[in-house]
Amino acid sequence: METLSSLADGFAIALTFQNILLALLGCFLGTLMGALPGLGPSNGVAILIPLAFTLGLGATPSLILLTSVYYGAMYGGRISSILLNIPGDEPAMMTCLDGYPMAQKGRAGEALSLSGVASFVGAFFATWGLIFLAPQLVKIALLFGPAEYFALFTLAFATLGGVASSNQAKTAFAAALGIGLATVGVDTQTGVPRFTFGEVHLYDGIDFLVAIVGLFALSEVFIFLEHRHGEADASKKKVTIGRLMPSYALLKSCTPTMLRTSFLGFIAGVLPGAGASLGSFISYTMEKKLVDKEGTFGTGDPRGVAAPEAGNNAAAGGALVPMLALGVPGSGTTAVLLAVLLALNITPGPLLFTQQPDVVWGLIAALFIANFMLLAMNIPMIGLFTRVLLVPPRILMPIVAMVSFVGIYGISGSSFDLLVMIGFGVMGWILRKLDVPLVPIILGTLLGNSMENNLRRAITIDNGNWWTLVDSPLSITLWSLAIIGFVLPIIFGKVLKARMKHMAKDEEGATID
Amino acid sequence: MSDRIFGVVGLVLALGYVWAALVIEESFLSDAVGPKAFPLIIATVLGLSSLAIIAKPDKSPDWPPLGRFLEVGFAILVMILYAIMLPEFGFVIATALAATYLTWRLGTTPISSVITGCVTSAGIYAVFHLILGLSLAKGPLGF
Repeated sequence: METLSSLADGFAIALTFQNILLALLGCFLGTLMGALPGLGPSNGVAILIPLAFTLGLGATPSLILLTSVYYGAMYGGRISSILLNIPGDEPAMMTCLDGYPMAQKGRAGEALSLSGVASFVGAFFATWGLIFLAPQLVKIALLFGPAEYFALFTLAFATLGGVASSNQAKTAFAAALGIGLATVGVDTQTGVPRFTFGEVHLYDGIDFLVAIVGLFALSEVFIFLEHRHGEADASKKKVTIGRLMPSYALLKSCTPTMLRTSFLGFIAGVLPGAGASLGSFISYTMEKKLVDKEGTFGTGDPRGVAAPEAGNNAAAGGALVPMLALGVPGSGTTAVLLAVLLALNITPGPLLFTQQPDVVWGLIAALFIANFMLLAMNIPMIGLFTRVLLVPPRILMPIVAMVSFVGIYGISGSSFDLLVMIGFGVMGWILRKLDVPLVPIILGTLLGNSMENNLRRAITIDNGNWWTLVDSPLSITLWSLAIIGFVLPIIFGKVLKARMKHMAKDEEGATID
Repeated sequence: MSDRIFGVVGLVLALGYVWAALVIEESFLSDAVGPKAFPLIIATVLGLSSLAIIAKPDKSPDWPPLGRFLEVGFAILVMILYAIMLPEFGFVIATALAATYLTWRLGTTPISSVITGCVTSAGIYAVFHLILGLSLAKGPLGF
């Protein structure tokens, strides 16, 4: 009951005229960014953080704007999957399998609106899951001391590569690189400068917003410059949308699928190392095993569209649980959302729920509002969004680059930060070519300092005894989980990834032939 | 092969990081751990993962041909020039130039690139400065 009254307070905070307007703007921009191939939810949120920041919005309004972008981008990812067979973001990969065949049969409109409804169902249940699960997790988290936090951070990094990671060495490298970048600047405990090489600009450390925008948004521009030919023409294919509203019978036939996969996706989102991509993958495979008796999956079965969409949106909501309750994000996009919170001087974690309940519950209310808005917006406005897909990247990408520059320049007003951002952009481009994941770098720059502080606090409390790190059952559990989470993908990661790829390819081949 | 080179670069980076950590001047007031220990742990992880990458490299990615490399290189150069020139030229002119260049290199015809560049710049200026009130770099002409 207490939860519900807090939620009502949250709605009271979120339902102001300005906030609703921001949510609307965020949903709209988010759907656009999600729909455009190449600009996923991480990029979308990353570009907009500096802007929300420089506009001087308060904490709750900024959060509302950016979480709306986050949810919007999760919705938008499916549009290009269905219409063009190009996933707008990674989790939308599975939606291609049945969405594109449906579009080819002239049922694009139905596929789009059905996936909109599925996204809504997934996100809706996940938000309820968040409401009930996060406070429970907070209770556990309150038992954590510095040593446990250090172990928890290690766990987050160890599992970040995900179950489907193909090369754990590269994930570890990326995490270490990110944490290393975070140590640049004046040491918070003793006040000595570290790794600054006498450069005054570096005394404050490297601004993680600069790193994020550079790594995500600018590197995307370089990727486009590199592949100028071919890709730009993909958007010229013509698709007939067909009828827009799914029939009642269709919705009814998909309902059990949506409910099952919402649950599954939510669990996948909460668990470290799984995330939305895996959420949509297991949702799809489970439904295929469970209901695909006639072998229609992969040939445009509506349930094959509903399953991954409900799954990935539920996972997106589930991923918010560890991020809010523990301050440790489990996926790339939540890492970017963590950056939002840190930029606003809000430290997520157990204390957030007791000290700033207005932020937490305002945010949760905003998720509900965004979700309803997206449903309302997506069905009638789908035609508009599909038209945006026709804007060629050659015009769009320079705009992305310029807006990134504007955002970063707006924060500091210094050319130095712009140069650092370009440096990160180049680094991001090279690392992407080498298949090194960028998310651990971001998470490293975000969490590096608090990881170090917890380590030093734990050991100082115990008079310099390093064994204090593995002194409690809780921390031993966390360490074991971290080790298992890191080692497991080395054994199974390749197999799983190959299966995901294989499946996507198989079905694609079948539709093209 | 690319991975091997990458691993070696990573190893050099790790060693450089160790060196830079060892020369940190410690203050006389220090906690039990000090400012060096954590960076050294991180450097170890960095070094070990670099060694693992050298030992078990992935397949080389498809590197673009030289022409494309130069393309990206020039774009980087233009962005660096943009960053440096921004306070000198002012936002509108610098952005119009940079956006024109990028649009042109992404395959638009020269004339429409100039138009797109100018429209992009004016559009961003209108939205972010005039409507949202963000302070952008002022040039000699006041915008």
